[in-house]
Amino acid sequence: MKHAYTWGAILAVVLASTTGDVLLSRAMKRVGDVGELWRRTGLLSVAGRILRNPGFLLGIFMMALAFYSLLFALSWADVSLVAPASASLTFVANAIAARIFLHERVDHRRWMAALLVAGGVALLAA
Amino acid sequence: MTFRKYLVLAGVTLFAAIGDSFLARGMQQIGNISLPRLPDIILTILNPWIALGILFLLAFFAAYMTALSWADLTYVLPATSLGYVLLALIARFLLHEQVSTMRWLGIGLISAGVGFVTRGPALTHPPDEDTAKGVPEPVGSRMEP
Repeated sequence: MKHAYTWGAILAVVLASTTGDVLLSRAMKRVGDVGELWRRTGLLSVAGRILRNPGFLLGIFMMALAFYSLLFALSWADVSLVAPASASLTFVANAIAARIFLHERVDHRRWMAALLVAGGVALLAA
Repeated sequence: MTFRKYLVLAGVTLFAAIGDSFLARGMQQIGNISLPRLPDIILTILNPWIALGILFLLAFFAAYMTALSWADLTYVLPATSLGYVLLALIARFLLHEQVSTMRWLGIGLISAGVGFVTRGPALTHPPDEDTAKGVPEPVGSRMEP
């Protein structure tokens, strides 16, 4: 039962943070190059443009959900299992989600990068 | 990729690692918070380390959003994972924790991943077409670093 709770919570962290990252990434692409917009229209206008984007707000909500799922997972298992497991699985899930939902070209180079980083994060806590 | 954009990526990396270190330092001072005393968690922002950590994490979020406005998610995440390496170095040399051989190996893998992704293009799809369904990405729009 303890294992089921732990891995269920880790799965929730991975799903929520991947959804959040994809939503935030899509929202910021819609907003456009922040540095350029800042120079052209000023900081307040850029902030308003970002905050009016519903995808951005939903992304923040998913990030909060991921954070509370992480806290829940931490109450069931050690940080040395929960943190690297959720972080490295999130790297791989993000690569898949970015390819499907954001139409990013996830080529061999990016797959290698995602897998190397995911493996490295897992080893950090070993 | 301009120098300014590399600065933003460096900001994402640095601010996250520094913010997390400050939070860890602050929570070490405060100690465990039990479930019945959960409201105490609001008072933790009175701790200067926690307050400073939150400021750095806000800066991290601003830099992260800026990076996502001109680079792919699958570029930004690996490119900024040097923060894990930085955290291990802070733990070893500032907080005097022991870093095992396995951890140094993990640090090596992450660095290799970062090297891989930063040699490629930062943006691989046109920003206006992320709603298009099943449209193949035109190679001509790839932004070389």
